[in-house]
Amino acid sequence: MNWYWIDRFTVFESGKRACALKTITRAEGHLRDHFPFHPIAPASLIVEGLAQTAGLMVNEATQFEKKVVLGKIPKLTFFETEITPGDVLEYEAVADYINEEGSMATVAVRRGGEKIAEGVLVFAHLGNEFNNKRQFAEGDLEDLVRAYGMYDVGVDADGRPLRDPSLA
Amino acid sequence: MATKEEILAAVSEVLVDSLAVDEEEVTMEATLVDDLGAESIDLLEIVFNLEKAFDIKIDRSELIPEDLFSNAEYVVDGKLTPAGLAILEERLPNANLDAFKQNPMVQNIAKILTVADLCGVVEQKLA
Repeated sequence: MNWYWIDRFTVFESGKRACALKTITRAEGHLRDHFPFHPIAPASLIVEGLAQTAGLMVNEATQFEKKVVLGKIPKLTFFETEITPGDVLEYEAVADYINEEGSMATVAVRRGGEKIAEGVLVFAHLGNEFNNKRQFAEGDLEDLVRAYGMYDVGVDADGRPLRDPSLA
Repeated sequence: MATKEEILAAVSEVLVDSLAVDEEEVTMEATLVDDLGAESIDLLEIVFNLEKAFDIKIDRSELIPEDLFSNAEYVVDGKLTPAGLAILEERLPNANLDAFKQNPMVQNIAKILTVADLCGVVEQKLA
């Protein structure tokens, strides 16, 4: 698992809101080609960062029991696409709806307070009846949210610190 | 209490927004799947947006009772049995099931859902 498109969470309010940072670095391999000597972070990977911020918020809210899959992007507007190495992106996802079948989140990304993009993401929640394949290899999702610092900054619905189940 | 016209106008706005269709295409008789091109993920978004627009709660099974279609007691060779059809009629009192009854293949159910059915569910919730 190396599909890391956020660096860490800065805010994580269970089932409500999540904020994350992503620093664009010149060391990212794809920036050598996108574009030669003029690196620009691909908008598609910025959307992936928004989807990870929102999707992991939904995953935690559904106790990691569902396969949370980005199903639709009903709205998405970019106000700025010249995102270059050294920029620090601030992702924010606010849960509009989360239920058994799916979820919807309003998302935005900023750079130093300037809004870069905003939109709405819809996720489908698939259970094991869909197919028996795991979405993540054993332990990967748990390692991912730990690496992103979900348990360092996360709070539950009552404002109490989120507990890392591996430490129980 | 919203009038039928107000409900249709708000449902229409949700459908135009969610399915990127023209307002003129959203008639009471239009089916969501065949006429307006909705896919299952769209239905999820439509439900969320209707809940938001009307401040109501809609269980997706009130629109498409998927639990019925996965029940072997009521589905034989991919078709809903007469007993299953009777339950379907009870569960979807607003839906016009005449066309579905001609060929009650399970995969056809989503195709019969019309704008009028959506309005009916909203009206029922607001009553």
